Amino acid sequence: MANEAFVVLAYAVALIFAGGLAYRVWQYATTPVPLKIPTTPAPVTRAGAAARMLREVALFESLFRSNKWTWLFGWVFHVSLALVVLRHLRYVLEPVPLLVQLIQPLGVLAGFTMVGALLALWARRLLVPRVRVISGPSDHLMLALLVAIGASGLAMTYVARTDIVAVKAFWLGLVHVDWQPLPTDPALLVHLGLVAVLALIFPFSKLLHGVGVWFSPSRNQADDARERRHTSPAGLAPAVREG
Amino acid sequence: MAGDDNIIDRANGDPLECPALAPGVMASSKPYVAAPAHQEALGFPGQLVEGWQEKAIARLGELLESSRALRVYLDSCVKCGACTDKCQFFLGSGDPNNMPVARQDLLRKVYRRYFTLAGKLTPSLVGAEDLTEQVLEEWFSYFHQCSQCRRCSLFCPYGIDTAEISMAARDIMDTIGKGQKYSNEIIGKVFKIGNNLGLPPKALKATLQGLEEEIEEETGVAVRLPLDEPGAEILLVTPSADFFASPHMEGLIGYAKVLHESGISWTFSSHASEAANFGMFIGSTDNMRNVALRIRKAAEDLGVKRLVFGECGHAWRVAYNFLDTLAGPFDFLDPKYPRPQHICEFTWDLIKAGRLTFDKSKNDQIRLTFHDSCNVARASRMGDEPGGQFEIPRAILRATCNHFYDMAPETIRESTLCCGGGGGLLTDELMDVRIKGAQPRMRALRAVADEHGVTHMAAICAICKAQFSKILPKYGFDMEAIVSVHQMVSNAIVLSGSRTGDASDEDDAPDGEHDGGPAAQKEGSGDE
Ligand code: SF4
Ligand code: SF4
Ligand code: SF4
Repeated sequence: MANEAFVVLAYAVALIFAGGLAYRVWQYATTPVPLKIPTTPAPVTRAGAAARMLREVALFESLFRSNKWTWLFGWVFHVSLALVVLRHLRYVLEPVPLLVQLIQPLGVLAGFTMVGALLALWARRLLVPRVRVISGPSDHLMLALLVAIGASGLAMTYVARTDIVAVKAFWLGLVHVDWQPLPTDPALLVHLGLVAVLALIFPFSKLLHGVGVWFSPSRNQADDARERRHTSPAGLAPAVREG
Repeated sequence: MAGDDNIIDRANGDPLECPALAPGVMASSKPYVAAPAHQEALGFPGQLVEGWQEKAIARLGELLESSRALRVYLDSCVKCGACTDKCQFFLGSGDPNNMPVARQDLLRKVYRRYFTLAGKLTPSLVGAEDLTEQVLEEWFSYFHQCSQCRRCSLFCPYGIDTAEISMAARDIMDTIGKGQKYSNEIIGKVFKIGNNLGLPPKALKATLQGLEEEIEEETGVAVRLPLDEPGAEILLVTPSADFFASPHMEGLIGYAKVLHESGISWTFSSHASEAANFGMFIGSTDNMRNVALRIRKAAEDLGVKRLVFGECGHAWRVAYNFLDTLAGPFDFLDPKYPRPQHICEFTWDLIKAGRLTFDKSKNDQIRLTFHDSCNVARASRMGDEPGGQFEIPRAILRATCNHFYDMAPETIRESTLCCGGGGGLLTDELMDVRIKGAQPRMRALRAVADEHGVTHMAAICAICKAQFSKILPKYGFDMEAIVSVHQMVSNAIVLSGSRTGDASDEDDAPDGEHDGGPAAQKEGSGDE
């Protein structure tokens, strides 16, 4: 009985996450960009603008320019998260891809650096007055959520080991529509429950910045207004106002 | 407001020093509300309408549908705090609502309340708030303490541009009948008379003739400042302050001398006797387009081949980035030249080609620095390379002046600080905001004045020049310490056939060697 609920929940969360994300991407993509507004100096070619975007996403170039500590903790957190997510692919893919096998030791380390960086970011949010005043309850709660996910994950590895083979069978069962039981030890349930919450709020909260950044006109536009005519509904002229 | 002595003291210190938080100190600074006549001339309701809340929210909905930037920026902020110490209005005042993210939040909280699920269900959790009268007052105050300089956008990891959000908020306020007097009155003057100052064609003609006489008296050369001459090659569009204010006018004389030396025919237009476009400040695409279309009409009517813009920050942003979209295509202009071109690009091209002769010693009493106007620095470009907007004006200054020193690197080029008067803030009732916003720039200037004996600061923006003329004395500098870039050109240029540039002068001048620009002679200037 409980297991059927897990199965239904897992599908529902996946659906809302993917559907919500697709909706938001569609919404951004179909909203017009009335004018050219790259923050200059900006690359003058589209390839250059793409490279700027990649540097922004991979290295947090602008954040590095503005604040070294926030950059350090923020970058370490995101890279750690990426490694952790990659590492987790071993629980849903069979056979486990080579890359995922290779990063396994790094991924384990990343579990710790991720939680460490989150705590540092949280400390900054609490201790720097400027950052404290712009932080709302949801900002603290999201950090709490991420820290809890990380901590419960680490707990499963280092405190109360979970039957990971059974977990993998559960996921593969979901993929192949051949449902298997999910182990019910508390650390695992907490971990998965929190991840479900994260996935549910992702498309509808500030977590969407991971999508938004790609659509930011000040970063993704090339500085080529004089070379390439930018057309938009803003240019559809009503009668010229005569004076 | 602090006494003047107190302000002078504030000129000392690290320009980017972060102040202690002083919540609410700027809350009472707000501009005058536009009168019904000023509102209606732009197609806005005369005063706050019945049911303004619903109308404001509906307008926000329309803007969200029409601007990806607004939607993405309202969604994406993670409250990382990277922008919190980047705005000059926060650095100068300490009011946390002047931190870019907090300024955005004034609109974002309303967006969340009415347009997001979380804000509808659990407003207090996500900082969502109803649009109340108090919120509207906050908007009117703090969205008019943003000069739309984009400094925050440079430093935000997602490029979130508070200028876009201020523009949207101002558009919403206009739509419900609570516009800003200063900007709206000025836009009305452009529609009615052709320029921000309300200078009618006759007066403009007389002013230009007066300047022609002045130049001839001084140099002996008949330099023309033509108005409405059909068939001219170039239409020069310049901020109307250039026609009467100082140091703007000295810059205008510089343009005229350069154009004279180029030998290319040119003209001003009385229909488009204004480069500024305050439609941008109030975030109104319709008004911005209608102002832009005047320039197009003037160019077509006069049959010009090229369009050149004078020294003006936001005007260059509109010209460079928006003009083609709003009023283009400009395929009737000669494609061999940038459409449009900045006067600095025009002058620098001539300098590079060796077509201008300078006597740099004419500027020897001046030790100069350069204020990058933010709309040029972070919202447009000059030349072919990214960053040409920093190099070209400096190259011109180095070619015309022997003593040039940059201010601290973190306060110039793309990191430049706003003068404190841009974006529609250049009005007397916002003087406190303007003084505080200028503080970081004044500190950077103080430092370079102390270290290198800098006496003057050049700028390429009419608003910067007007703002600094007012603000410099408050911080203990000379009012005339602000100069136009083309004023320096005007001082140093040796006009062909002028009495100032006598032959003996040119012989003993190895002076031109280290200026970066080959000071070769213009053809026909007499090879003795
Ligand atoms: S830097 Fe950008 S993301 Fe960070 S708080 Fe400021 S606006 Fe938000
Ligand atoms: S655009 Fe400029 S003035 Fe406005 S919030 Fe950003 S830094 Fe401040
Ligand atoms: S007035 Fe000058 S410095 Fe200020 S916003 Fe405009 S261009 Fe920038």
